[in-house]
Amino acid sequence: MSHRILIVDDEPNIVISLEYLMKKEGFQVVVATNGDAALEQASAFLPELILLDVMMPKKSGFEVCQALRANPALTGVKIIMLTAKGRETEVTKGLALGADAYITKPFSTKDLVLQIKSMLA
Amino acid sequence: MLQGWVIVLASFVYLGILFAIAWYADRRADSGRSLIANPVVYALSLGVYCTTWTFYGSVGRAAASGIGFLPIYLGPTLLFALAGFVLHKMIKVAKANRITSIADFVASRYGKSQLLGGLVTVIAVVGVIPYIALQLKAVSNSFAILASYPEIIMPAKAGAVPLFQDSALYVAMILAAFTILFGTRHLDATERHEGMVAAIAVESTVKLIAFLAVGVFVVWGMHQGVGDIFAQAAAVPTVARRLATADSPAAYGTWGTLIFLSLFASLLLPRQFQIAVVENVDAKHLSRAVWMFPLYLFLINLFVLPVALAGMMHFPNGTVDADTFVLTLPMAHQQEALTLLVYIGGLSAATGMVIVETIALSTMVCNDLVMPLLLRLPMLGLAARADLSGLLLEIRRWAIAVILCLGYLYFRVAGEAYALVSIGLISFAAVAQFAPVVIGGLFWKGGTRDGALFGLAAGFAVWAYTLLLPSFAKSGWLPDGFIAHGLFGIDLLRPQHLFGLTGLDEITHCLVWSLLANLGGYIGVSLQRVPNVREARQATLFVGGAEAAGLPGWHGSAGVADLLPLAGRFLGAERAQDAFTRHAQQRGLQSLHELPADTRLVNFAETLLAGAIGSASARAMVASVVTEEPLGINEVMNILDEASQVRAYTRELEQKSLELTRATAELREANARLRELDRMKDDFISTVTHELRTPLTSIRAFSEMLHDDPKIDLAQRSRFLGIIVSETVRLSRLINQILDLAKLESGRAEWTVAAVDVAEVIREAAESLTALFAEKHVTLELDASHPGLMVLADRDRLMQVMVNLLSNALKFVPAESGRVKVGAGGTVNEVRVSVADNGPGIQSEDQEVIFDKFRQGAGTTDVLTDKPQGTGLGLPISRQIIEYFNGRLWVESAPGAGARFVFTLPRQAGDNDQNAD
Amino acid sequence: MIRSRLKAQRLAFLFLLGCFFFNYPLLSVFNRGGDFFGMPPLYAWLMGSWLALIVQMIWVVESRGD
Repeated sequence: MSHRILIVDDEPNIVISLEYLMKKEGFQVVVATNGDAALEQASAFLPELILLDVMMPKKSGFEVCQALRANPALTGVKIIMLTAKGRETEVTKGLALGADAYITKPFSTKDLVLQIKSMLA
Repeated sequence: MLQGWVIVLASFVYLGILFAIAWYADRRADSGRSLIANPVVYALSLGVYCTTWTFYGSVGRAAASGIGFLPIYLGPTLLFALAGFVLHKMIKVAKANRITSIADFVASRYGKSQLLGGLVTVIAVVGVIPYIALQLKAVSNSFAILASYPEIIMPAKAGAVPLFQDSALYVAMILAAFTILFGTRHLDATERHEGMVAAIAVESTVKLIAFLAVGVFVVWGMHQGVGDIFAQAAAVPTVARRLATADSPAAYGTWGTLIFLSLFASLLLPRQFQIAVVENVDAKHLSRAVWMFPLYLFLINLFVLPVALAGMMHFPNGTVDADTFVLTLPMAHQQEALTLLVYIGGLSAATGMVIVETIALSTMVCNDLVMPLLLRLPMLGLAARADLSGLLLEIRRWAIAVILCLGYLYFRVAGEAYALVSIGLISFAAVAQFAPVVIGGLFWKGGTRDGALFGLAAGFAVWAYTLLLPSFAKSGWLPDGFIAHGLFGIDLLRPQHLFGLTGLDEITHCLVWSLLANLGGYIGVSLQRVPNVREARQATLFVGGAEAAGLPGWHGSAGVADLLPLAGRFLGAERAQDAFTRHAQQRGLQSLHELPADTRLVNFAETLLAGAIGSASARAMVASVVTEEPLGINEVMNILDEASQVRAYTRELEQKSLELTRATAELREANARLRELDRMKDDFISTVTHELRTPLTSIRAFSEMLHDDPKIDLAQRSRFLGIIVSETVRLSRLINQILDLAKLESGRAEWTVAAVDVAEVIREAAESLTALFAEKHVTLELDASHPGLMVLADRDRLMQVMVNLLSNALKFVPAESGRVKVGAGGTVNEVRVSVADNGPGIQSEDQEVIFDKFRQGAGTTDVLTDKPQGTGLGLPISRQIIEYFNGRLWVESAPGAGARFVFTLPRQAGDNDQNAD
Repeated sequence: MIRSRLKAQRLAFLFLLGCFFFNYPLLSVFNRGGDFFGMPPLYAWLMGSWLALIVQMIWVVESRGD
């Protein structure tokens, strides 16, 4: 049984690349391009891991992360936050809000895949 | 030929001339060309010190005691040697505080106390009235003697003639009328009477000439020089006794006492204070008066002893009063002209004294006695009366009349009890009571109101008991038993041998006890407490001199609206208006209405009023309109601080610390601004970083994917490479725009400004985008038919704006059905270009946000990716460019109704005629 | 007025000098019989020293500069 992964990002090209990488690993992938859609998909799809972009219009990744952690149906879901800003304060904030890992864009695809695999193991 | 009518006529002609001189001097003063503003006039006017007491009395005293007349003139000589320390300071202080009299001076010094001013006034009036009586007596006597010319008959005893035949009564009435004319013609803000001073200077000259003339006549006319007189006198035993003084400690003591007494009298007698201090035009005049006044005294005394000796020899049997020798010697030799001159000289001496003394006293009575009382009586409603200046003059006129009346009464009742010289000394001893509080007040800051009150009252009481009451008793007003046996028969209380002190003459005896009580009271009571704030403030003003001028007198404020009417009530509206206007001009203001309601204005008004009604009353009146704020503790400390240097230093420190505080505040503000800028810069960099990293992320991800997996199929591979290429383009565009914006914002952008045809730019921009529009099947309509819409701008930059707006529109309109419409037109002054689309529109709250850097419209929800294309820098850059050319760029839109971007630019001057649509 | 402190001090010195001239004990020296240029010695002394004092005051006040 393959792992379920939710990809949340507002950049279409980044979504394409992430989707390709995850499918190549044999995961089941669902995509959301904004925060509200992300929460909806998460409840419906119950992913094991979420790749979550921080800078999104309307609802930021931090808010989404907080909401996900508050949802009892989603206990145990792994969250990896992706950000292009990469300031120390944001890393701390993300981890404090319950993210399991924090990855700075641009990222190494190999490292990302390895990290996801180890977290799902 | 010296009939009564001749004498009367001569008297009136002389007084008429004096009045003409006074009138002329007043006129000159009004036109600003003061007649008396020179040191000679000042020195001569000080000669008012020499009254009939000098003119007639010195000879009398010389006949009684030889050189005993001299100390009265040596004292003032010594005082003027000290002028640099005492008089100069008094004048400065009096001018700075607009002091109007000695009562005002004392009241002002000890915290502007009305009670103190009143006490000084009472002492001065009581002390000086006998002295005025003396003048009346001298004039009426001289008139009576002259009227019997050529016979020499001593006048009848005062009081022996019926009231209405008494020439002294008429003399008093005439002098009262004359004084009122001189002294109360108008109410001067500074209480200076230039006309009076001029007349007094003339009188001084006349009496000096008259006396010198008598002297010359007696010495060289009647005898063969001074040596001859002394030689003859030595031969007559009764006369020879006057050639030396009793060689005893008591005699030397009396001598010293008289020098000391006259030293203070020449400063503290109300008329001396009036002339030397109040009427002083310029403190510089004091410099020459320092020697001129003593020289005047020297000259007027030059022939006293020879005349006295000659008189004693000429009238050996004592039937002729020695006080009249000056007049009777020329009479005895039928020197009619000289006799008349002497009479006029005596009249000068008397009128001069009476005029100045009564003016000074009336000012004190009015300002320090009557006005404070009247203002306190609520039933009179004076405090609310609009114009009090008339009332003030009225009070002074009445005061003059009453004072002269009292003088006449004293003359009538007590006139014969004493020789002229004794009366003068009683007055001297009375005003000597002012010495501790005046001199102490000038040099000692510790004196308090209570101390001054106590000292003055004690000294005055002792003076009255030891000198005045005995003089009454000798005049028969009082039973004289208490003189011989003491009050209540207590031997120790004998007024002229108080506590058993014997061996002194009555004047010295009085001075010893009265000044002991006075000084003891003044110092002892003053030391009971530290001066309160108001006393300390006045002490600083008086003792500190000019240095203290900056000290605030009031800690409250009142505006011109309150103070001008107040001053107007006492000075008259016009005079007050003038004074305020001058004050405003001094402060560099256009009109008096610009005067701020500050401490300085209040102080000015108070000083102005003080000139009219005295400092104590002025303070009370000003207090009624000023809302005084309590003194802060710092100010109290400041005033109490003895060392002015410490104060100056403290002030400097405060200044510095104030400057430091200010600088600190500025620095803090600048720091906050910097921190804000820093935060903004940080945010900007963070945003830029994000914007740069986003395309980089895609590029790296796809590159790695292609690199790591050679087995990717061709279609996928070409799609990935396409993405990489487009993200690279996006990245480089972003970098260009960031650099562009940085250049624009820092002002380093290069501009090629020229006349640009807007229609042409629109066409060119549209052409360059034709392919893109065609690709998305969007219709582009150009309404750029107006030729020659000329603006002054950089053509390439304008093109950049146009392309940006068009591509923006293209980005947001739907494919196939999208329509973009460009309009151009303008008014006389500006060119207006609009780019309208039928896209989703922009919500009103976003209409300004879209012009911020990296903030793109979020109302484009129907777009698949939810994320608008572009860098978010196009609109900010466009706005920068348009604003650089003094234009405006904005958007008009409603959600769902499309957006319409509009910019305007100023039309280039000179092409209006072509395009006035 | 007496602009310089020095002038004021010179005058103050004359004040002290005058106090000495015009008072006991110096007066007792001249308080005797005989004559001095035809005048009693005490009278001559007082008038003479008075005039001298005034002359010195003139000199102090009117002299230029210090």
